Amino acid sequence: MSEINATHAGAASADPSSRFYVREHHPENGTLLGFWIYLMSDCLIFACLFAAYAVLGRNYAGGPSGAEIFELPTVALNTAFLLVSSITYGFAMLAAQKKNVKGTQVWLAVTGILGACFLFLELQEFAHLIHEGNGPWRSGFLTSFFSLVGTHGLHVTFGIVWLVTLMVQLGKHGINAANYRRLACLSMFWHFLDVVWIGVFTFVYLMGVLP
Amino acid sequence: MSDLHHAHGHDHGHGHHDDDHLHAHGSMKDYSIGFILSVILTAIPFWLVMTHQVAPGATKALIIGFAAVQFVVHMVYFLHMNSKSEGGWNMMAMLLTVILLFIVLSGSIWVMYHMNANMMPNMGNDGGSVHGMHDMQ
Repeated sequence: MSEINATHAGAASADPSSRFYVREHHPENGTLLGFWIYLMSDCLIFACLFAAYAVLGRNYAGGPSGAEIFELPTVALNTAFLLVSSITYGFAMLAAQKKNVKGTQVWLAVTGILGACFLFLELQEFAHLIHEGNGPWRSGFLTSFFSLVGTHGLHVTFGIVWLVTLMVQLGKHGINAANYRRLACLSMFWHFLDVVWIGVFTFVYLMGVLP
Repeated sequence: MSDLHHAHGHDHGHGHHDDDHLHAHGSMKDYSIGFILSVILTAIPFWLVMTHQVAPGATKALIIGFAAVQFVVHMVYFLHMNSKSEGGWNMMAMLLTVILLFIVLSGSIWVMYHMNANMMPNMGNDGGSVHGMHDMQ
């Protein structure tokens, strides 16, 4: 928000045409564009991990294949958690637009709980695999599987940390411009994770169980 | 905030200084449409794979198709992607990413899947899967 205020302070002294010029070339919401570019770079990290999985995903080295270790009902439940958390985050944004602090916090909490359920199931799956001796060291397939799905899970973890932080911020300062901007950034982050998960469940889990 | 400009795109003069005014970031209608479409587009691939409705090859093609459509649905209804947000730079950054993504993925797959063919004769036959690419199809 500071650059916007600066623009306005400058605009008061400058003539209208220069103000127009400044507006044209510095969108007031640089933060959201910058955050979007961060997400795109994150997208490239996932692209590399997907590429590694595409290359190594069938190198079982005598270990189990995807069809043997993936439990699709669990994955479907996980997918449902993420998908519902996407729309509950949408509800949080809608409540924030109405300046409804309590409503925003409640929907953020619901979103966070769904995210935590997702993480719980994923960690349970990982723990089960490692317990059976099918950890990331077992084969190229499992290495690339753990890297890809683990990186996504790590993103969800940080998303939840951010979400809790924002709930505290909202409680302290209410819905001001800065908090709304943060909510909008986290909204992009959260929906982006859901987009990555589409790729994960399609290419890793569903394709993995097909012969 | 300015992602929300499509709601006010016609009104260039409105007060950005007004901190209390929050731009619309999606609407109930957008989120509902996006959610319902996503549920359908997620449920069908799972159903296809779990109940073995069609041949594996056709299933693969179908689930990739559904994933592509769901990607677009998420971009439009959840991430509010359109050609105007941030003066078009959001879309530009995404297009660049899609191009890079395509190069990384197709390049890796193309190169690695042709490695067996490019090996010297008899090199790939003795070591089994420890030779990495040997048992790939």
